[in-house]
Amino acid sequence: MGVTTFNPTWLLAILPELLLLALAVVVLGVDLALPTERKRTLGLWTAGGLIVVLAVTLLVPLPQGPAFGGAVRIDGVAGVFRVIFLLGGILVALMSMDFRPLRQDGPYYGLLLFSLLGMSLMAVAENLVMLYVAMELTGISAYVLVGYLRETELSAEAGLKYFLFGAFSSAVMLYGFSWLYAFAGGTGYGQLAQALRYIPFPLAVLAFLMVLVGFGFKVAMVPMHFWAPDVYQGAPTPITAFLSVGSKAAGFAVLLRALRFLFPALETTWVVLLVAISMVTMTLGNTFAVWQKNIKRLLAYSSIAQAGYVLIGVAAASQMGVASAAFYLIIYTVMNVAAFAVVVLVSNLTGSEDVESFSGLARRSSFLGWSIMLALFSLGGVPPFGGFVGKLLIFAGAIQSGLIALTVVGVINVIIGLYYYLSVVKVVFERRSEQEHEPLEVPAPSKWVLGITMAAIVLLGILAYPVYQWVWQASAGWF
Amino acid sequence: MNFPFLSVIIFAPAMTAVLILLLPKDRQTEPKVLAAAGTFISLLMAIWVFLAYDRTLGGYQFVEQMPWLPVIGSSYYVGVNGMGVMLVLLNALLLFCAVLISWHIEERPREFFALLLLMGVGVFGAFTLLDLFLLVLFYELVLFPIYLLIVNWGWKPLREYGAMKLTLYLLLGSLVALVGILAIYFTSGLRTFDMVALGGVKFSPEFQRTWFLPIFVGFGVLASLWPFYSWSPDGYAAAPTAVSMLHAGVLKNVGAFTAFRVAVLLLPEGAKFWMPYVVFLMVMNVVYASFIALVHTDFKYIIGFASVAHLGVVLMGFAAMNDLGWSGAVTMMFAHGIIAAMSFAIVGMVYDRTHIREIKELGGMIRRLAPAALGFAIAGFASMGMPGFLAFVAEVQVFLGLWKAASLAPWYPVIAIISALGIIGTAAYMLRAFQYVFMGELKPKFADIPPIGPLDKVAIALMSLPLIVGGIYPLLVLPVVQSGVQSVLAVLGGA
Repeated sequence: MGVTTFNPTWLLAILPELLLLALAVVVLGVDLALPTERKRTLGLWTAGGLIVVLAVTLLVPLPQGPAFGGAVRIDGVAGVFRVIFLLGGILVALMSMDFRPLRQDGPYYGLLLFSLLGMSLMAVAENLVMLYVAMELTGISAYVLVGYLRETELSAEAGLKYFLFGAFSSAVMLYGFSWLYAFAGGTGYGQLAQALRYIPFPLAVLAFLMVLVGFGFKVAMVPMHFWAPDVYQGAPTPITAFLSVGSKAAGFAVLLRALRFLFPALETTWVVLLVAISMVTMTLGNTFAVWQKNIKRLLAYSSIAQAGYVLIGVAAASQMGVASAAFYLIIYTVMNVAAFAVVVLVSNLTGSEDVESFSGLARRSSFLGWSIMLALFSLGGVPPFGGFVGKLLIFAGAIQSGLIALTVVGVINVIIGLYYYLSVVKVVFERRSEQEHEPLEVPAPSKWVLGITMAAIVLLGILAYPVYQWVWQASAGWF
Repeated sequence: MNFPFLSVIIFAPAMTAVLILLLPKDRQTEPKVLAAAGTFISLLMAIWVFLAYDRTLGGYQFVEQMPWLPVIGSSYYVGVNGMGVMLVLLNALLLFCAVLISWHIEERPREFFALLLLMGVGVFGAFTLLDLFLLVLFYELVLFPIYLLIVNWGWKPLREYGAMKLTLYLLLGSLVALVGILAIYFTSGLRTFDMVALGGVKFSPEFQRTWFLPIFVGFGVLASLWPFYSWSPDGYAAAPTAVSMLHAGVLKNVGAFTAFRVAVLLLPEGAKFWMPYVVFLMVMNVVYASFIALVHTDFKYIIGFASVAHLGVVLMGFAAMNDLGWSGAVTMMFAHGIIAAMSFAIVGMVYDRTHIREIKELGGMIRRLAPAALGFAIAGFASMGMPGFLAFVAEVQVFLGLWKAASLAPWYPVIAIISALGIIGTAAYMLRAFQYVFMGELKPKFADIPPIGPLDKVAIALMSLPLIVGGIYPLLVLPVVQSGVQSVLAVLGGA
């Protein structure tokens, strides 16, 4: 790789990321100007700003291809993931406004934006150094956010736990990176992929495994999932939602790109490995979720299982696999955020996060009852909601690649999953509670969050075509 | 462009459900009126389709098609042949009747009727869609309203267990079938979910033999194929009356019909290979379920097991792999649907008034509930295959079809005889139930139970009508069914 001179169009290529950075600065500035009692509006500033960034990302034709001397590559798949992060960010910012235990202040929303910036860079990084910096930016902001409820022991503990696990996995990954660097004498994906063809198999696989530890931590796949239940339970609920959708999707963005462009030489190996990991991840997540009494822990295990479904698409190693995985992540983002948004409102009111505290919810507010029902049905894969179409496409991708056994395991897992999702729906609709006649007010931001997510869950189910078409074309460049 | 009859039939209930959900929370009457109106539109359209279907032309008619997910070759593609016509009519009729007999629901009627209608949407879709992808979507669309209906409005002691068991069983079956469907999709190389196009593909015999069983049994779970039937009696016992009606009346038919359309029609070689063995499971359906119905004393369980037995006959008709058997199976689906729905409706009417389902504790109901007794008698006689009722026409065809199928496997005639004997069992348990519930002394505590209301009477009359008319004048029904059978007979390859 020769010396590359700076090209101003590079800045245009990463315009969404630059805008995110600018937005973070604006939010921190506004924070200084706002009196304490009005700081809640920072959520609106954040969400509004993110909507502008989203509009720019979708509407402005940005330059594609490599930029910054190969440090990043902007392509269709990166575009899809940018949209996923921004969408998740908007929804999380809005739902943060309604989470009572949270201090509404600039640093909170600022960190949220920095973390988003990191994720966005993770999706475009095509160079180990760039990737590492992006992952750390995402991670360090998230460590602070997880421990943001300083007064609560659980939150502080979760923050520390997340930090320790994160630091550990990141160290292992970095060691893997150093091996890769030693193989090739460079850090660009293309150069590394070439070099890996000539490296003895055991060495290459070892390096791959070490790198996978870091990616697996973000994705929360087995066996790097141990942190998830405790951290999800302790973190402020909007941050739990943020980790479960944004951080996970970012992990998948990195994983997909790395498997395709960094480790193509090991494809036969990583397919087998990912098939196995996917099976274990789904099964473990689902079976543990069945026993959970705390809704956030239940959703934590559920999100581990959901990562397993996405891994099916990753393991398919085909255009259909990539497109289905990305499409599923879009749906997963809206449905998981919806579930957490309801958890926020219920825990505000009852102070409890037990599944039992959802008793009589449908009678108190039929809007919330239907919302969480739709979200859980969609997570469980019940038609005609988005989650069903997403799962169907993922299974189709797997069968196309001949992964019949994996599909069968996936199908069995859908059944197990539906059992516990239905159990929650049952509590919401059928169980009575003494407070069921006290109406439950839904604040405006949550109304927006739930309105958007409900519409998306239904529309992605019955009119999946435009979105899937978009994802399909975006992933065409990879194959 | 022609008027989209099928789309109106499918989506009128869906629109109505949305309207109902938009009503203010405390309304009691409006949801019911709206639900009745929405289902009545579907019923009128379904009758029109039945009358207007061109019997001599045959094949798929009232076809509509538009792209849905072109990337993977899936489109919204509906159409009915003679078989579909009958089943759409059946569903429209039963959906309307189910709304009528649920008029007394006071607990959250808005949600109840919305969910009931959504369930109907799924069934209409499953009967009419010619696109495998959307077929599976609609097939499973049925599951979630059912779960909620049973869990919220069902019979308290059993509803949580029954609902969960039913949902998970059915989902498991359909997902197993789904894997098979995806295998068909990719193996065909056509990149389309269009069933008509896929029907023209000749799959290799090995492929057909591998995938026939998962698909047929997977969908067969919903048709309560032995030994995967155990969700059915428990689920029905737990469900509110309208749900039992629709579930036994149409949903099992969805299972049987989908199993037939996908497994038998797309993989005929596989069917010829496996059917002689699968047919033993169906015999178990008839024999085993009939025996249980004979000794059970819970009114609703008796009807539940009766419907399991009847579905055995339906599936056997399909297993005969000839025109007589198939025509009998479709006629039986129609007849059984009405019989089962009517029986469940009457069980519900008796239970709502007495809160007792033990048949030995009831008695003399004919004195207070004469229309219900009459309805049950009609359903009972029809179900035991009395000449003069539509089920007789169906059963004769099925047994003759089985007899004719001796070329497939030598034991087919024996099976025909065994199942025909099962009909005697039907006579015994229906008469026994009738005797315990309706005859004998009326217990004093039941002296003041309210009589059957006018809406219930309308429902009973509406359901009795096709059974009797179709029985006396089978030519009203058979040509439609047979034109449907003729149009798919080609898959048997000149057999």
